[in-house]
Amino acid sequence: MTMKFSNPLRKLALTTVLSTVLFGSAFAEEDTIKVGVLHSLSGTMAISETTLKDTMLMLIDEQNKKGGLLGKKLEAVVVDPASNWPLFAEKARELITKDKVSAIFGCWTSVSRKSVLPVIEELNGLLFYPVQYEGEESSKNVFYTGAAPNQQAIPAVDYLMNDLKVQRWVLAGTDYVYPRTTNKILEAYLKSKGVASKDIMINYTPFGHSDWQSIVADIKKFGSTGKKTAVVSTINGDANIPFYKELGNQGISAEKIPVIAFSVGEEELSGMDTKPLVGHLAAWNYFMSVDSTKNAAFINQWHEYTKNPKRTTNDPMEAHYIGFNMWVKAVEKAGTTDATAVQKAIIGVEYPNLTGGMSKMLPNHHISKPVLIGEIQDDGQLMTVWQTNKLVDGDAWSDFLPESKPIIADWTAPINCGNFNTKTKKCSGQTY
Amino acid sequence: MKVNSLKTDYLLTAFFLLVFSFCVHAAENPTAQQPLFDALHDLQQGAINDREHAIAQLSEIQSERSLPILRALLDGKLFTLKSGNQLVIGEDNHHGYDISDAVSGIKLDSIERSDVTKINLTNNLRVSLRKTIGQLELNAQDPVIRLAAVKAMGSDDDENALALLHKRADIEKESNVKQAIDTIFLLKEMNSSDKALRIAAIDKLKEVNSIDVVNRLNVMIEKDDNGNYLESDAEVRNLAKVALVKINSRLQFYSTIETVFFGLSLGAVLVLAAIGLAITFGVMGVINMAHGELMMLGAYTTYVMQQLLPNHLGVSLFLSIPAAFVISGLAGIIIERGIIRFLYGRPLETLLATFGVSLVLQQSVRSIFSPLNRSVATPEWMSGSWQINDFLSLTWNRFYILVFCLMVFVLLLQILRHTRLGLEVRAVAQNRNMAKAMGIPTDSVDAMTFGLGSGIAGVAGVALSQITNVGPNLGQAYIVDSFMVVVFGGVGNLLGTLVAGFSLGIANKFLEPFAGAVLAKILVLIFIILFIQKRPRGLFPQKGRAADS
Repeated sequence: MTMKFSNPLRKLALTTVLSTVLFGSAFAEEDTIKVGVLHSLSGTMAISETTLKDTMLMLIDEQNKKGGLLGKKLEAVVVDPASNWPLFAEKARELITKDKVSAIFGCWTSVSRKSVLPVIEELNGLLFYPVQYEGEESSKNVFYTGAAPNQQAIPAVDYLMNDLKVQRWVLAGTDYVYPRTTNKILEAYLKSKGVASKDIMINYTPFGHSDWQSIVADIKKFGSTGKKTAVVSTINGDANIPFYKELGNQGISAEKIPVIAFSVGEEELSGMDTKPLVGHLAAWNYFMSVDSTKNAAFINQWHEYTKNPKRTTNDPMEAHYIGFNMWVKAVEKAGTTDATAVQKAIIGVEYPNLTGGMSKMLPNHHISKPVLIGEIQDDGQLMTVWQTNKLVDGDAWSDFLPESKPIIADWTAPINCGNFNTKTKKCSGQTY
Repeated sequence: MKVNSLKTDYLLTAFFLLVFSFCVHAAENPTAQQPLFDALHDLQQGAINDREHAIAQLSEIQSERSLPILRALLDGKLFTLKSGNQLVIGEDNHHGYDISDAVSGIKLDSIERSDVTKINLTNNLRVSLRKTIGQLELNAQDPVIRLAAVKAMGSDDDENALALLHKRADIEKESNVKQAIDTIFLLKEMNSSDKALRIAAIDKLKEVNSIDVVNRLNVMIEKDDNGNYLESDAEVRNLAKVALVKINSRLQFYSTIETVFFGLSLGAVLVLAAIGLAITFGVMGVINMAHGELMMLGAYTTYVMQQLLPNHLGVSLFLSIPAAFVISGLAGIIIERGIIRFLYGRPLETLLATFGVSLVLQQSVRSIFSPLNRSVATPEWMSGSWQINDFLSLTWNRFYILVFCLMVFVLLLQILRHTRLGLEVRAVAQNRNMAKAMGIPTDSVDAMTFGLGSGIAGVAGVALSQITNVGPNLGQAYIVDSFMVVVFGGVGNLLGTLVAGFSLGIANKFLEPFAGAVLAKILVLIFIILFIQKRPRGLFPQKGRAADS
């Protein structure tokens, strides 16, 4: 277009454009605090992560309506790592070095978090990770607002064992790090409770597994010995629908062999034909059906923001809600967005969660949460059938694995370490 | 009529009854309904424990309304009206519910979903509910219901339940129901202190195909913690062992049949996914990476059809088949005319271009339908399983897909053999230049062939929507398997695709129990790699001139 301008005119146009860009960015740097949102908006994980991006935008919007933070407006910087693990690291680097964000909210899979970890530690950034995970990690720069195994898997097994009198266990999972580690912890835990090896069946399937016929037949056989049997499922995402369908078709109802899932929430249920699932269980720290004024307000806000009265809320959304507000409180407390100052200030910060308790950021960078167990209803909601009577503190290093038993994480003085061995009194030097 | 007002009615009537001592017919006597109201009140307002009590109450009071109310409760059709606390039974009519009063059974209006709250159940409640309903339905007309009732009561040690079963056994005429009741009593006799009774029970039970029998016999030959046998008598123990061997050999036989069925049904899915590719890749030689996405289009067509006809699940599924064929077929023709025809003879470019197309299709579906999976319901006749006996049941959805796959295959074969299009397709595949010289419009034949292959992919998508997720990633999960089947079967040979699909399916299912799902898949892949090394043209190599070109 500029080709047709005469020379002086072109110069003028160019200068105007340039100056706007320069002043514009200077203006932005002075007046806003940038928050990075690192969730996949395309690729396989888009199904789960898109919702979290919207949640973050809603929370930031809300905070700005309340007057922003430290007198400045918040500005969301959304990037799309496209379900591509190495790209997560690149995008995180870009967010910190180029966009100069004060904190990043993001990641879903453990492998994406592990990929971001070295970058965020090298550049001393802040990452809030909102999804339940396998534990065995505590980084100076990461805050884990999802559940650690002792906040989801262990209480779930306790419920099955004590309330449903389950004696035989199927640990079924997708073949990757989260199910493998969780099942390792659960197996050790069950054995410590006196369950014999022959009463535990462990099964792994590939990502997106769709032909469950033989496995479900095996589970049926395993569960037909007269002893109460349950399936503890760490089956991920897309593989769940064919799994539950096959269970239903082969006549395994929740009354005979209940399945307790750690990855099936309201959002996933909204894309499923819920008929075969009714009565099966899920363990989370938040259900959309929880009856509290805070939750009702949150759901309302979400429906208004998405302009869709049918949108569901779920556990990782609540984790972002808590995480974001804790970060806001910590920044206010520190009076700055500087990462080191916020890391120090955020420990001990309390914020009410949506189920009616007061969650707290612990020195190991995990938070305290209630544990809820719900039965799936045919409207895709989860009805609470059991919950812990007080909040459970997240434990970074499992006490049920012999190698991680003596290890603790404490990011306050004098320990200041993510993996401190209480026996040798040494910080092992690894940062995660 | 509201529950509350009914209650006042009752009080008033009771008052009159007292004063005038009138004799009222028992069935219409409101006092007889008082326990019903109490039970229903507990059901509506009580905690979970009260509900359990209420269910027991409902079965005891022998009102003719007990069964419909309990059934509705189990099926999730029992609601409380938000206005006025009335207890109603609601039938889903896809906009809301057609309700009727739970106590009187009188039909009321249709209402919105949001006007009612459902009475929730937990698993424990469902178990006791099923048992209670079993007791009430033991004398039902339909033998299928009776059998289900017996099965639901089965493991119960309740005296009352056993007495009911005894009564039923005396008058039961249907042989399978009678056998189910007999099995329950024989299993009880295995606990008897009389050795002769135990032996007689084992003798009869060894002919029965029942998992309960296997478990009971297994217990007999086990040792307790002190090392003593749970069954003290050696003779009985030996008989139990013999019986177990006999039953286990039958179990083995049925489980082999089951595995073969699993294999065939996995094979059917593979064949359905691959058969369209067998045409585009096999006959035309086009590497179409967007093949999976054409299946995805078919699956989404099913979803859209279901949204358009929410009240007719079965009909919408059948209509989806031609609709998916047309939509995916058109998409295929557009891809062929728009992209692929410029790239004939350049396989690498075709591969990259169609891969690009696949990404475009995925992302457009994400934008139109959201990245979340869509829920496609399964019609009633396709859910559940065909229970042949206690050891063998075949799931309906897999069964129908197997039949469907064979139908599609036969139809396609007929098209290729007996229609003009088929003749032209074969001619162009065998020798393009010669066909052109004979006056066959090769360009439009190419487009039609690609459209046919794509349309078949769409039809496969309809079948897949019944067993797996309908989401943007549906296609990716099947593309590798499809190519595997086509290459293994022999490029350009439809029959080869069929044989390859079924044999890979069966091999996979026989490996899975030993190797696990992950390893089984790897083993099958390794086998195919080795096989292709040995026979690069697959199971059924094409012969003649086409093979040399």
